[in-house]
Amino acid sequence: MSYVIEGRTGPWELVVGLEVHAQVISQSKLFSGASASYGGEPNTHVSLVDAGFPGMLPVINRECVAQAVRTGLGLKARINLESRFDRKNYFYADLPTGYQISQFTHPIVGEGAVEIELADGSIRTIGITRLHLEQDAGKSMHDQDPTRSFIDLNRAGVALMEIVSEPDIRTPEEAGAYLRKLRMILRYLGTCDGNMEEGSMRADVNVSVRKAGEPFRTRCEIKNVNSIRYVMQAIEIEAARQVEIWEGGGSVDQETRLFDPARGETRSLRSKEDAHDYRYFPDPDLLPLVVEEAWVESLGAVLPELPDAKRQRFQSEYGIPRYDAGVLVAEQATADFYETVARGRDPRLAANWVIGDFFGALNRTGRTIQDSPITAEGLGGMLDLITDGTINGKIAKDVFEDMLETGESAAAVVERRGLRQVTDTGAIDAAVQAVLDANQDKLAEYRSGKDKLFGFFVGQVMKAMAGKGNPALVNAALKKVL
Amino acid sequence: MSLDPATVRRIARLARIGIDESDLHALQGELNGILGWIEQLNEVDIDGVEPMVGTGHAALRMRDDVVTDGDARDAVLSNAPDAAGPFYTVPKVVE
Repeated sequence: MSYVIEGRTGPWELVVGLEVHAQVISQSKLFSGASASYGGEPNTHVSLVDAGFPGMLPVINRECVAQAVRTGLGLKARINLESRFDRKNYFYADLPTGYQISQFTHPIVGEGAVEIELADGSIRTIGITRLHLEQDAGKSMHDQDPTRSFIDLNRAGVALMEIVSEPDIRTPEEAGAYLRKLRMILRYLGTCDGNMEEGSMRADVNVSVRKAGEPFRTRCEIKNVNSIRYVMQAIEIEAARQVEIWEGGGSVDQETRLFDPARGETRSLRSKEDAHDYRYFPDPDLLPLVVEEAWVESLGAVLPELPDAKRQRFQSEYGIPRYDAGVLVAEQATADFYETVARGRDPRLAANWVIGDFFGALNRTGRTIQDSPITAEGLGGMLDLITDGTINGKIAKDVFEDMLETGESAAAVVERRGLRQVTDTGAIDAAVQAVLDANQDKLAEYRSGKDKLFGFFVGQVMKAMAGKGNPALVNAALKKVL
Repeated sequence: MSLDPATVRRIARLARIGIDESDLHALQGELNGILGWIEQLNEVDIDGVEPMVGTGHAALRMRDDVVTDGDARDAVLSNAPDAAGPFYTVPKVVE
């Protein structure tokens, strides 16, 4: 799907690359033994290493390295068995050491790829340039005091993975699809919770525009965008701004900008020309990070099944359409729920119920799969009653609503409300006859060739039987009489 | 490599060191002296020699992922020139 910005001088193409900062799931920090958990009392998850006290030395956390390797494998990327740490120097109040330990020249993970699917069904591959490990900074609060900023270092030193994409993204939609896919992969791997609202996943967006066939023009970096929707909006707005500048005869300056969703604009964040002069150099406190090939293989051997593989398996194993399979694997919990329902049952029927009625009910009641009153076993039990002819598909909808409200099993609901479907052909024939008697006019029309009325008669019979008639038997009985 | 006065001024600003214009010339001389001394290393032929990043072939030692530290706010804040409750404070920084 192509996306062009129509300028006065003709169409412009969009070029976007994303840098995603993903907080690593671990117990303790990247280089200190302080807790990495969210939401502690201010400055309690801080060691003297994180606070930058003199003489303190960093010691790397093996699990954080493993998480980076797992993520690299999940992104089908090259794992660099030897990587290094550098100091990125800048002054800010929430960075007590005056430098961030990062990986500049030798990241732990090299080139990889993420496959994204767009609304029109097309598939694109977005290249991954690299993934490296680095420290998070602390948090500054500017609204507590008229003259001072308050600093909480709980987050300082928590491990981040910076995942850099190639400038392969050409539309806002692709940017959204890429972020969603990346988040899905991270969550499946259990390496980052992907929660953008809490800031455990943040995106820096590099945007430029060009005429078709041109090399890249100057890009701007929009920092710290914290939702997928904002990323897509920011790209659109920034691209339009750049087109305006180029067409007005000006030139775009390479700079860092901020997206203001309230005003719908991006604006310059750091005007100082030396904002990007980080004077990287190898951290003399840290030897090269060397990982064994065998260790990488052992991590790879126990990786969970990832979304793409799971979707393909759902299609082939359960015979469900690609779209349905994609919906079901969007979250691991959903995929597990579906598999429990589908196991030993009609997988298509299971998919229709899970995606349709069950998701609909969760949305309507504001619940999640974890606190749903209907369990996978419960829904499966209801499908069993459909399959063995105890209830028909229409009554099943009532049973489902009842289960949702009461939390009872399908069998209990059917028993309590007497919803067992009627398969007694005598009772069905009687209902058919009563309907025909009451609708002589329609019967005459039908006999004179208005075939469409068949549906009307089915409806009336079902209504007369309070929906409990076996649809196949009702159809057969009607056909016989008519 | 030799530094001009503008570069010296820029390095000082990046390092947040205030210098007088009158010191600029002397600093330029000192920095260029240091750079010149280090540049003697360029005389060594290192073709085909792996970069040495430490003594021996030591690699980074890793620790287990357990919480062993923290919960020491008083110690962490002990050197803060100005603290407010549980926070460090600094002169207001807002971009």
